[in-house]
Amino acid sequence: MTDLATYNFAYLDEQTKRMIRRAILKAISIPGYQVPFASREMPMPYGWGTGGVQVTASILGPKDVLKVIDQGADDTTNAVSIRAFFQKVANVAVTTKTRDATIIQTRHRIPEETLTAGQTLVYQVPIPEPLRFLEPRETETRKMHALEEYGLMHVKLYEDIARNGHIATTYAYPVKVEGRYVMDPSPTPKFDNPKMHMSEALQLFGAGREKRIYAVPPHTDVVSLDFEDHPFEIQHFDKPCALCGAEHVYLDEVVLDDKGGRMFVCSDTDHCEDRREHGHAGEMLARQEAAE
Amino acid sequence: MTQTPLLKVNDVSKFYGSRIGCRNVSFELWPGEVLAIVGESGSGKTTLLSCLSTRLMPSSGIVEYHMRDGQYRDLARMGEAERRFLMRTDWGFVHQNPADGLRMTVSAGANVGERLMAVGDRHYGNIRATAADWLRRVEIEEDRIDDQPRSFSGGMRQRLQIARNLVTSPRLVFMDEPTGGLDVSVQARLLDLVRGLVHDLGLSAIIVTHDLAVARLLSHRMMVMKDGLVIEQGLTDRVLDDPREPYTQLLVSSILQV
Repeated sequence: MTDLATYNFAYLDEQTKRMIRRAILKAISIPGYQVPFASREMPMPYGWGTGGVQVTASILGPKDVLKVIDQGADDTTNAVSIRAFFQKVANVAVTTKTRDATIIQTRHRIPEETLTAGQTLVYQVPIPEPLRFLEPRETETRKMHALEEYGLMHVKLYEDIARNGHIATTYAYPVKVEGRYVMDPSPTPKFDNPKMHMSEALQLFGAGREKRIYAVPPHTDVVSLDFEDHPFEIQHFDKPCALCGAEHVYLDEVVLDDKGGRMFVCSDTDHCEDRREHGHAGEMLARQEAAE
Repeated sequence: MTQTPLLKVNDVSKFYGSRIGCRNVSFELWPGEVLAIVGESGSGKTTLLSCLSTRLMPSSGIVEYHMRDGQYRDLARMGEAERRFLMRTDWGFVHQNPADGLRMTVSAGANVGERLMAVGDRHYGNIRATAADWLRRVEIEEDRIDDQPRSFSGGMRQRLQIARNLVTSPRLVFMDEPTGGLDVSVQARLLDLVRGLVHDLGLSAIIVTHDLAVARLLSHRMMVMKDGLVIEQGLTDRVLDDPREPYTQLLVSSILQV
């Protein structure tokens, strides 16, 4: 873990980092605007977070503490390999504790614990363009962003209601940032959208394949789009987490057997562990303990 | 009643390199007036229509539009944002091929509602009610509101395209061969519908067509184009009943009589 010499600190060369930092600065000064950047080949396939990794590599310093999550979990393949990557190429401290981390790279979730000033959340973004599936021409979507023509975004929501009776978009739910740009919050569940609003942490979005970086600076308005008679709503779960008993958190469904057995557990593993350490126990855990 | 022209076209020319698209076209369009531009394929009708509707920039000449605030504005000097706003509120554009003017993968209701949402309507119930009302006005059954235009017949698609354009009550509608590719009975029904709508809403329209019957039915005035030039213009009945130019005489006499 200590043979740093074969790589530049944090893998990317300094000129590349400089280029990416400039894109990040521009993104921060125009909240929600997609800044093009010269995305590099990274030693991992597209779709694994090449954009997020490049952003993280460019802002990482030797004193930073890094946390990497994938669907809320610290222990899945994507999270483990990106964490190992930065341990190898930057030798930075890593953690799974949300509150100890200075930089959190994430795929598809925002941690349950409220982020604080000084923390940076780096999102991995597959498709940065919220209008992509409605208007395939990139030249046209750029013009629509430039001229603030966002009627089309509501056409998508209209279709949702017409087909399903309610807004059925559950992830990558479009938001308007600081009253100007419509932005794709990456495929996070819409449950997390309210956490982006007026967050104290800096939020950076990197799309490696699409070569775009965008940002939501701290204390920025992030409003989910909706209709007056069909207001924005987040998901609700009938049961609390089966392991830690937490309510009002985002839960994953886990199939237990082929007889219809299933459990709902926190998608944020750190949050769940922390609660269990503090003596909270959900239905499954209590049952297990009783059995032992 | 003192009225002023809605559109003033002064000496508009469009060249594609050394080739001529249209040349030295001047006319005025008055509120409530329907103007037909006729001529054979390649005569510059569509080029002229594109120049007027700002889809193409004319090589020379001025197109001025009478805005709702009473000012005349040179369309070429208008900012892009303003021009696009004008195009989706005060204007309509009906394409020959409905697939060009519709979003084929979203429902009929959303197609009609798109312009409303684009100008800031954020009430689903109201948008849907307006869309349903417009479908009824263009004779599409209301229970088709959630169907995609892909499942519509050619005539229905064309009517849907018209509804989509008229929902913001525009004052000027451009139509490029609106009945092209439709069979004769569907054409007749569509023409009847368009004539009714134009009359009821007091629309001005510029219709490009090669079909003189369409011009006869819909338009008050017509211009005949050949090789990029307007060779004859006047009241539709006058031009068709008493054509002056040899080319117009040829055009009128080549209508098949059944």
